Amino acid sequence: MGETEGKKDEADYKRLQTFPLVRHSDMPEEMRVETMELCVTACEKFSNNNESAAKMIKETMDKKFGSSWHVVIGEGFGFEITHEVKNLLYLYFGGTLAVCVWKCS
Amino acid sequence: MPHKPPPRRQSVNVGRGTRKRDEDSGTEVGEGTDEWAQSKATVRPPDQLDLTDAELKEEFTRILTANNPHAPQNIVRYSFKEGTYKLIGFVDQLAVHFSQVGNLIPKDSDEGRRQHYLHELAAGSQESAKVVISETEILEEEEEPKEAEAGSQTDVPAAEAPEKMAEEESMTPKQPKERKVTNKFNFSERASQTFNNPLRDRECQMEPPPRTNFSATANQWEIYDAYIEELEKQEKTKEKEKTKTPVAKKVGKMEMRKMTSMESQSDDITKVTQAAKIVERMVNQNTYDDVAQDFKYYEDAADAYRDQEGTLLPLWKFQNDKAKRLAVTALCWNPKYNDLFAVGHGSYDFMKQSRGMLLFYSMKNPSFPEYIFSSESGILCLDVHVDHPYLVVVGHYDGNVAIYNLKKPHSQPSFRSSAKSGKHTEPVWQVKWQKDDMDHNLNFFSVSSDGRIVSWTLVKSELVHTDVIKLKVENSTTEGLEGLQIHTVGCGTAFDFHKEIDYLFLVGTEEGKIYKCSKSYSSHFLSTYDAHSMAVDAVSWNPYHTKVFMSCSSDWTVKIWDHTIQTPMFIYDLNSAVGDVAWAPYSSTVFAAVTTNGKTHVFDLSINKYEAICNQPVVAQKKNKLTHVQFNPIHPIIIVGDDRGHVTCLKLSPNLRKMPKEKKGQEVQKGPAVEIAKLDKLLNLVREVKPKT
Repeated sequence: MGETEGKKDEADYKRLQTFPLVRHSDMPEEMRVETMELCVTACEKFSNNNESAAKMIKETMDKKFGSSWHVVIGEGFGFEITHEVKNLLYLYFGGTLAVCVWKCS
Repeated sequence: MPHKPPPRRQSVNVGRGTRKRDEDSGTEVGEGTDEWAQSKATVRPPDQLDLTDAELKEEFTRILTANNPHAPQNIVRYSFKEGTYKLIGFVDQLAVHFSQVGNLIPKDSDEGRRQHYLHELAAGSQESAKVVISETEILEEEEEPKEAEAGSQTDVPAAEAPEKMAEEESMTPKQPKERKVTNKFNFSERASQTFNNPLRDRECQMEPPPRTNFSATANQWEIYDAYIEELEKQEKTKEKEKTKTPVAKKVGKMEMRKMTSMESQSDDITKVTQAAKIVERMVNQNTYDDVAQDFKYYEDAADAYRDQEGTLLPLWKFQNDKAKRLAVTALCWNPKYNDLFAVGHGSYDFMKQSRGMLLFYSMKNPSFPEYIFSSESGILCLDVHVDHPYLVVVGHYDGNVAIYNLKKPHSQPSFRSSAKSGKHTEPVWQVKWQKDDMDHNLNFFSVSSDGRIVSWTLVKSELVHTDVIKLKVENSTTEGLEGLQIHTVGCGTAFDFHKEIDYLFLVGTEEGKIYKCSKSYSSHFLSTYDAHSMAVDAVSWNPYHTKVFMSCSSDWTVKIWDHTIQTPMFIYDLNSAVGDVAWAPYSSTVFAAVTTNGKTHVFDLSINKYEAICNQPVVAQKKNKLTHVQFNPIHPIIIVGDDRGHVTCLKLSPNLRKMPKEKKGQEVQKGPAVEIAKLDKLLNLVREVKPKT
C-alpha cells in the first residue's frame, strides 16, 4: 500500500511539477522571463538529451544577449561559478532537471 | 661580331661630344649648386640667316602637305567587274629618299641579348676580355684630352675652369666604373628625407563588468524538496483565497463598484452622457407626463363662463439644491430653443450677499438644470445673445460683467471684466446684447448703480469698455470746496433699447426718474420723465408700438407711456412693490407684472384698461416674493421667479390670450399693423381725455 501510494505521489508529483521553478536569478524581469521560456522550450524539445538542450539554450542566448553564455543542465551536479552581475539564472524544471544559465567572458 | 666595337666607340664619342657642347653653352645641369640661377642662352646655328624686320614679317602662304609631288596621278587599271579601265584615285604617297641596311643591333632587343649571352658564354676566350679592357682604356684615354679640350673651348672664367677640372679629375679615379654609364638624357635625380614622427604607445584598460560568484548543488532530493515546498505554498495561498472568498467577493464587488464609479467619474461619463441624458429625459417624460399634457392640450373650460377674466395654470416648478435660498434675479428665454431658459440667482437682500448661480433649465427636464455655472458674486441680470444663443452675458452684484459660453465645458466664464478693465463700482442692474458693431464684434450694454452706462465690446479675447453715458441727477449740482462742482450720480437700475430707432434707449433710476437717452450724446438726456417715487425696477418698450413703453417700480405702480408725452398714459396700482413687468409677445396690449406679495397680474388693455384680467397668487404669500416674469416667445406660458430660488412655469388660460373675435364674412386681420392700431386706439382715448383734464 505504502509503495503504491508513494508511486501515486510520484506520479502526481511528476504530473504537477512541469513548471519551471526559479531558484536563483539576478536577471532583469524581462530577460528572466525570456530565458525561462527558452529553457522550458529547450528542455521539452530535447527531453532526453541534456547536451542538445544546453547547446540550444547557449546558442540562443548568445544570439539574443551577446556572446559568452554558459549553460549547465543536469539531474545532479554541484558548481561554483563566476558570472557577470545580472546575468544568472538557476532554475529547476520538470521535477528532475536543474538548469544553470550564466554569462561570463 | 668583330665589327661591333668600332661603331659603338663612335657612338660613345659622339655622345661625349654633344655633352661637352652642352656644358659649353651653359645649359648643362647636375653640377654645382647654382645651376638654377643660370640664365638660359639661346643656341643659334652658325649658318642662321640674319633677316630684317620686313623680311621677318613677310608672310608665306605656302601650305605644306604630306603629298608626294612625284607620285603619279593618272594610274589606270582594268576593272574586270565593269569591263573597262578605271582611274585609280588612291595613290601611295610614300617617298623613300635613302635606305641602308645596317648591322647594328639594339642592346635591349632579343637579338642583342642573345648575342650578349653568347658573348659571355665565350668568356673563356681571352680576346673578348682584352676587348673589354681596351675599351675602358680607350675611354679613359679619351676622357683626358676631352677635358683639356673643354677647358680651352669654354667661355667660363679661367679661374673657375681649373677648379672644375680638378674636381672632375679627383672624381674620375675614384669612380671609374660610373663613367661607363653615361647619362644620355642628362638625367638627374634628387632625393630628400623628412623626419619620421616618433611613434608613441597609448594604452587604456576598461574595467571588467562586475562579477560575482554563485554556487549551488543540484541533485534530485533538493529539486524534489524545492518543488514540494512550492506546491505547499501554492496550496496555502489557494486555501487563503478560499477562506477569503465569501468576504472577498463582497469586497471585490464593492471595489469593482468603486472602480466603476471612479471610472465613470473620470472617463466613461463622457461616453454615456448622451445615453444618460436620453434616459433622464425619458424618466422625466414619464414622471411629468400629466404636466406635459396640460402644457400642450389643457384649456381651462371655465374661461368660457367667466367672460373676461382668466387664470394661470401652474405647470412645472424648477428648483435646484445648489441654488436654494438664492433669489431668482434674472430670467431669460433662449431665443433659439423655446424650451430652454436661463435663470440668474443672487440676492436682493443687500445686507446678505452671497454667491451667485447661473442655471439653464429645459421644460423637457424640470428636475435638473441643463447647465450649471456658479460664481462668487451674486448675479443680478443676464441676457442671451439672439444670434449666438450659447453666449450669455451676466451682470454681478460686485460690478463685474461676464460672458459664459455654453459650448465650453468648463464652468468659468469665457470673458470677464476686472477692476482694470473698467468694471462697475456698484451692482450691475441690467445687461443687454446689441447688434454686432461695424467690425462684427459682439457687444453689449450694461447699467449700474454707479451711474454709468457702459458699452462692452468683445475684441478677440478681450472685453473693451466704453462709457456711453453718465447719469446725473438734474439740478443737484452743488458747489463743493473751492468752487468744485459736484454732481450727484444717478443710479441706473434698468434700461431698454428702442426696437427700431437704433440710438434711442431708456434708463430707469433709483430716484424714480426715467431718462430718454441717445447713444450719441453722453452728456445730456433727450428727455426726462418724472416717473416714479421709488426706484424703477424695469422699463420695457412695447414690442409692436414703437412709441409706447412701460415702467414698473417699487412704489407699487406700473405705468404705460408714450415717449413723446411727459405724462403716463395709464397708471396701475398693484398694492405691492412691482418686481418686474413684461409685454406679451403675441399682443400689443397684453402684459404681465409680478409683485412682492406673491401675485402675478396679467393685463389686456384691449379688454380691460382699468384692471388686471388675471390676478393670481402664484406662491404662498408673505413667505415668497416674486421677483421676475418672462413670456415664452412661442408658447402661451410665462415663467415666474421668486426670492427662494424657485421658478414656476404657468400657462395662460384662453381668456388671457384672447384674440379679436372673428366676425362672420370678415377676414380676421393679423400682424403688427393690427396690433399697433389696437393700441393706438386705446391711446387715442387717453390722449383725448388728457388735454381736457
